[in-house]
Amino acid sequence: MTALPASTPRKMGLVIDLDTCVGCHACVTACKGWNTENYGAPLSDTDAYGADPVGTFLNRVHSYEVTPAEGTPFTVHFPKSCLHCEDAPCVTVCPTGASYKRAEDGIVLVNEDHCIGCGLCAWACPYGARELDAVAGVMKKCTLCVDRIYNETLPEVDRLPACVRTCPAGARHFGDLADPGSAVSRLVAERGGMDLMPEQGTRPVNKYLPPRPRDALTATPAATPADPSTEGLGGFLGWIDRTLARF
Amino acid sequence: MHPAPSIILFTTISGLGLGLLAFLGIGMIEPTGLAAFLWFTLGYGLTLVGLASSAFHLGHPERALRAFTQWRTSWLSREAVLAAVAMLVLAPHAIGLIFFNRPLTGFGIIGGLLALQTVLATSMIYGQLRTVPRWNHWTTPTLFLISAITGGALLSGLPFLSQMLLAWLAVAMVLHWILGDSRFAASGSTLGSATGLGARGAVRQLEPPHTGTNYLLREMAYVVARRHVVPLRLIALLAACVLPSVLLWIAPFSLPAIAAAILLHILGMLTARWLFFAQAEHVVGLYYGVR
Repeated sequence: MTALPASTPRKMGLVIDLDTCVGCHACVTACKGWNTENYGAPLSDTDAYGADPVGTFLNRVHSYEVTPAEGTPFTVHFPKSCLHCEDAPCVTVCPTGASYKRAEDGIVLVNEDHCIGCGLCAWACPYGARELDAVAGVMKKCTLCVDRIYNETLPEVDRLPACVRTCPAGARHFGDLADPGSAVSRLVAERGGMDLMPEQGTRPVNKYLPPRPRDALTATPAATPADPSTEGLGGFLGWIDRTLARF
Repeated sequence: MHPAPSIILFTTISGLGLGLLAFLGIGMIEPTGLAAFLWFTLGYGLTLVGLASSAFHLGHPERALRAFTQWRTSWLSREAVLAAVAMLVLAPHAIGLIFFNRPLTGFGIIGGLLALQTVLATSMIYGQLRTVPRWNHWTTPTLFLISAITGGALLSGLPFLSQMLLAWLAVAMVLHWILGDSRFAASGSTLGSATGLGARGAVRQLEPPHTGTNYLLREMAYVVARRHVVPLRLIALLAACVLPSVLLWIAPFSLPAIAAAILLHILGMLTARWLFFAQAEHVVGLYYGVR
């Protein structure tokens, strides 16, 4: 059913640390790999080795430059995938019931056997988290690796979303954001975790940790003149300078 | 938003068909016999052709019947259900007029109102999207409803009512354009709010996530030809409203004039509907530095 659950006892989701992310795109590759080989239709590429390659991805890493009013500009690498919103607009617009939010853990999923590929859910998502697969003709989105996190055939250490498991920088965290004592909830509380586009009223479960304040220079560095003067230069260097100046 | 020809055709053609069915149902015109047959065929035909063309943009048209199930939450599902129910409820009225020269007024009125509600449901598919601020406004359902009613009046061959409605349509179009132009800014969504970094300073895209294009950019960041907006708006306004109105004023009871007015109106509406999509900006474009 495309009605949203009134509340979910658990809110499984990601916490993404914008301070730590180095923009290596390993999460993008791990996500594409796992979700092409496992649950649902593979994430297709068209013209993969040609002039105009296009593919379906559930996770993409943007890079932004932030210029503060004072201080130096800095770069922020910005991974973006489904935020598993509590008021997910993509779910309620679905005409077939293929799009749904699980009552038990809040994961937003697509039943690919019921999806007619109308694309309205992708229009309803402000974050660009849903992509219609060009080959399969069904809507693809982050499943929070639902086929990993509860998968008892995997070693316990691997029961994490592929993007979290692979992140070499430790910038991605997975857990229950409904439990205030969970590691992810504490991270959000300590670091001031934020919602993306709160004005859209989607109440995302995934949170983003803002970059930590940078060190500020305590004094302006000694001025380096653009045209170094040799006036008053003594000794050997002074003699060379005066000699060369005669020519 | 990508102006898909199938959706432009669907909304325009089915809007006309449902408008005509509403006029036939409510009894604004009451043809009988062969005339009734031709008029109802036109109404049903346009509606069905419109609905069929909407199926062309589906990834899996063979599963389209599933779209009738989620009417409790989804405007798209409501549209499908309402369209089917409207056409079914109008059928006895049509049969009565065609074969027995007698209207079944109850079926007609309820069916006619259902036809208009179908148009409302179509408009709300777009109107309820907060992600497209230009659409997320009362001018969207107003524009769709007035368009359908005007089309219905024109196809019913009611010159004076048509002229009045064409004027209202012009007002609705211009309001949708003018008020729509400031909707994105009013939505409050910026690259700063999209990344959560706005409080730290001015945010600018440094590098996109991939070198090629993707589904999101193709579908939702359509920027081609937006610079021709002013001439296109004028063409739409002239063809859809002004010229048909002038034609009906010059020769209100001449069949060729009415036919020409209808043709111009349809061409104008297709241009306006193209603009409706091509001009609409989705907030996801912010992440890619495009609007």
